[in-house]
Amino acid sequence: MNEPASQSPLGEFRRYLRLGQLAFQRNGDGKPVFYPRVLDPADGGPVTWAVSNGTGTVYSTTTLFDPDGSARNVALIDLDEGFRMMSRVEGVASDRVEIGMRVRFFVGSDEQGEPIALFAPVGEDRA
Amino acid sequence: MSGSASSCAIVGAAESRLGVCPAGTTPYDLMAEASARALDDCGLALTDVDGVFAATTQTRFATTGLCEYLGLRPRYQDSTQIGGASSLSHIAHAAAAIRLGLCEVALIAHASTQRSIGRAAASPREPNPYETPYRPFLPVTAYALAAKRHMHQYGTTRAQLAAVAVAARKWAMLNPAAWSRDPLTIEDVLSSRMISDPLTIRDCCLVSDGGGAIVLTSVERARDLHKVPIAVAGVAEMLSHHSISSMLDLTETAAVRTGREALAQAGLALSDIDVVELYDAFTINTVMFLEDLGFCGKGEGGALVEGGAIEPGGELPVNTNGGALSYCHPGMYGLLLVIEAVRQLRGEAGARQVVPCNAALVHANGGVFSTQATAVLARLRG
Repeated sequence: MNEPASQSPLGEFRRYLRLGQLAFQRNGDGKPVFYPRVLDPADGGPVTWAVSNGTGTVYSTTTLFDPDGSARNVALIDLDEGFRMMSRVEGVASDRVEIGMRVRFFVGSDEQGEPIALFAPVGEDRA
Repeated sequence: MSGSASSCAIVGAAESRLGVCPAGTTPYDLMAEASARALDDCGLALTDVDGVFAATTQTRFATTGLCEYLGLRPRYQDSTQIGGASSLSHIAHAAAAIRLGLCEVALIAHASTQRSIGRAAASPREPNPYETPYRPFLPVTAYALAAKRHMHQYGTTRAQLAAVAVAARKWAMLNPAAWSRDPLTIEDVLSSRMISDPLTIRDCCLVSDGGGAIVLTSVERARDLHKVPIAVAGVAEMLSHHSISSMLDLTETAAVRTGREALAQAGLALSDIDVVELYDAFTINTVMFLEDLGFCGKGEGGALVEGGAIEPGGELPVNTNGGALSYCHPGMYGLLLVIEAVRQLRGEAGARQVVPCNAALVHANGGVFSTQATAVLARLRG
């Protein structure tokens, strides 16, 4: 590439996460775009970065049972800005996570220690 | 959407060995076995084949490898890979190729040895940096999220989902080739090991070795062959998303559009359909596809299946081979749906034969409700 971008969309998303922020993109009409891309999937136009206020609603949720029998959560979260992402709701037993529950973003880490976006029920935020 | 289609017909159809195969068996062994049987079925030879269509999860070079194995150098080939809807996509592309004169005799094949080598080796997942960190069990977690949302919006119950598995089992008990033929109750399904709630292991399809092949040709040539030709009266395909987090509405699939399009091409209405074969990778799939294809209203699929309508003797015969839930599921199961529809339309289905059977609707799904394809097949008249 003759004009390399300074950062891939994923690299930029992770840079925001390391700063404690949940980033997404908006298109020319101000509509949210997620996951981050190099262009607007609606019309190929430019996208600009924005930071979510981190509050949202559980769109769907499931409890997974690992081979050792332990349970954990996977959920789809609709952020208040109008985009959806996969995540995990923590701070409450997975079988108590319900569709429609209000949740707030926090930064956790994956098995490799990389920062990832997680959620907790509003009112039960981590300190 | 792909155009159709009524100028071509399915003339040969066959499964390979199903279930579990001897160690070292490859997908090419099974595709070749099914191809030979399908050609035998219609009285054509490998040397007649000038178009080859294939996909497996175990190679990126499905047609290349299959043609080497079979000693073919076809004029036309296509390895389109859109998961479980691939084989119906191949039918759409083969019909177009035959119509355009790009080939005359098309062989479509699929196989997997996922039971023998394990799903992780047979279908390595592509990492998605926005999903993989949350360690979903894919594909089951994606379908569980859809089932949860459907239950939330429409009051669908786990017992209604279980009724899909019970109906499939009742059909499987009529099919000597089915893997699971023991009686199954609603309570059995509900009390089975939970995988990703609300789906238990009995809400999930089998993991099988196996494969199949079909032979398509022009309607003119089809009339000279062994079996009653089965016209590809309509076929349509659509992609809607790749990852479950990008599916707009988890309770509705692109089957809404592919079903309507395939029926319109065929000039048929749902009331003309005698048998329905649809991809039941999970029990929620059957419920949602019956709704999306128009056999009932949105949100009414649970009530439809719990009434026994889709069981043997019911008013709407669905998945008459026992389905991916109880008959066989070598991944990417679409081709086995087509083979069952062909057998029903020919009147070769034995104890599970639907009478009368003049038109069939086949619906296949790939990925996580990502790719949808519908075909309408019909006995060719006069």
